[in-house]
Amino acid sequence: MSISKGEHGTVRESLIQALHLILKADPALAEIVALTFRVSGIALLISAAVGIPLGAALGLRRFAGRRLLVSLLYTGMGFPPVVIGLIVYLLLSHNGPLGQWEAPFIPRLFTPSAMILAQTIISLPLVAGFTMAAVMGVDPLLRQQVLALGATQGQAVKAILSEARTGVIIALIAGFGSIISEVGAVMLVGGNIEHRTRVLTTAIVLETSKGNFELAMALGIILLGLSFLVNVALVYLQGRAIRE
Amino acid sequence: MSAPLYELDGVKRRYGNRTVLSIDQWQIAQGDFVALVGPNGAGKSTLLRLLNFIEPPSEGTLRYKGYAVGPRNAAPLALRREVTTVFQRPILLDRSVRANVAYGLRLRGQDRWPEKVQRALEQVGLANLAHRPARHLSGGEAQRVALARAIVLEPEVLLLDEPTANLDPYNARLIEEIVSALNRTRGTTIILVTHNIFQARRLARTVGLLLEGYLIEVGETERFFESPQDPRTAAFVRGEMIY
Repeated sequence: MSISKGEHGTVRESLIQALHLILKADPALAEIVALTFRVSGIALLISAAVGIPLGAALGLRRFAGRRLLVSLLYTGMGFPPVVIGLIVYLLLSHNGPLGQWEAPFIPRLFTPSAMILAQTIISLPLVAGFTMAAVMGVDPLLRQQVLALGATQGQAVKAILSEARTGVIIALIAGFGSIISEVGAVMLVGGNIEHRTRVLTTAIVLETSKGNFELAMALGIILLGLSFLVNVALVYLQGRAIRE
Repeated sequence: MSAPLYELDGVKRRYGNRTVLSIDQWQIAQGDFVALVGPNGAGKSTLLRLLNFIEPPSEGTLRYKGYAVGPRNAAPLALRREVTTVFQRPILLDRSVRANVAYGLRLRGQDRWPEKVQRALEQVGLANLAHRPARHLSGGEAQRVALARAIVLEPEVLLLDEPTANLDPYNARLIEEIVSALNRTRGTTIILVTHNIFQARRLARTVGLLLEGYLIEVGETERFFESPQDPRTAAFVRGEMIY
């Protein structure tokens, strides 16, 4: 980034610098923002695709091993991201159980795919856990009622998820929040390589360690702003779903 | 009386080791208006779930239009969609009144649902509330929406699980009139579960008493009330506690 480096900058100066970076459409910044959203966006999509049905199943069905699965899920919800990063690192490293395989679906270390894998593992328990809680909060008679109106089992689950939509969107917000702001795991498995795996959080850590506090703050403000915009969009979706 | 619509043959429903329903033989005629009376826990709601094919019998055979439904033989969707239930507590979706009434039609992929929904809402006197959020309705209005949501489907069978239990006399009367008219004019088979023996006598052509999961007696309304065959029915009709 071609921004002048300063000493301990004030919040006001950082804000100005953040605005300057955005208005200037700094290509390095654009690249970092784009990668941040690509990695966290794909991780959230995978978490939603797996976590919402998983949460719905855990909330609606009673089966052997459910309690164990729920306990594992709760544990996963509080798992330190850096530990997940470490586990993924060890799995994907050359001597790791997955790193020895040459399969196209196994990501390589220090690539965006490895970062997506780590972030998916972080956000999946949150999305599934909050979805499960939301589904369990829906009136249990609703399933019976929609079946009585001619719904298939799949349509009944869809109706229940639709009734639990506020909770499901909160699940997505929690999942997104946990990964967009996460630094330990992506630093470990991504390596913060310029033009390849540098995202907003790892760039903030780097600039801070170099003493570029104003720039680090500016990047932080951009991260907060972008995160706020995504959450506004999700809340808007929530409101639209309720109106519909 | 026309051919049997439902035939129950040794039907039992168990939850774990507990048998909550056990009916040896029973036939329900097409176009009949049946009232099922009995105390709480008699198995009335369980029977409705079986008749709506929401749950299968644990044992025995339940025939609908000759199609046998058993423990390992679920009713096909097309048959299941000929029957619907209005429950005691109206469970409305967190959407508009109109969207609630349209729900079943949209599941069936019907594209002429707006006119049908409008007609059903007019029938229950709620056309002016079509765009109101369903959760903002009073209890009586909500139950009328639940009834509109059922009748808009033009079902062969309408199952009613104490639909007027929590309603004021005005709303109860309105629902009774709509249901009676549906049975009279469209020939819809009605099966009404009620605690109110006066309501059963007023509306139904056939009345049955369920007690601890067993169908004690079933017969034509006047005979059921005037000359019951079973002493437990006689006691129930007299309003004596038999449970």
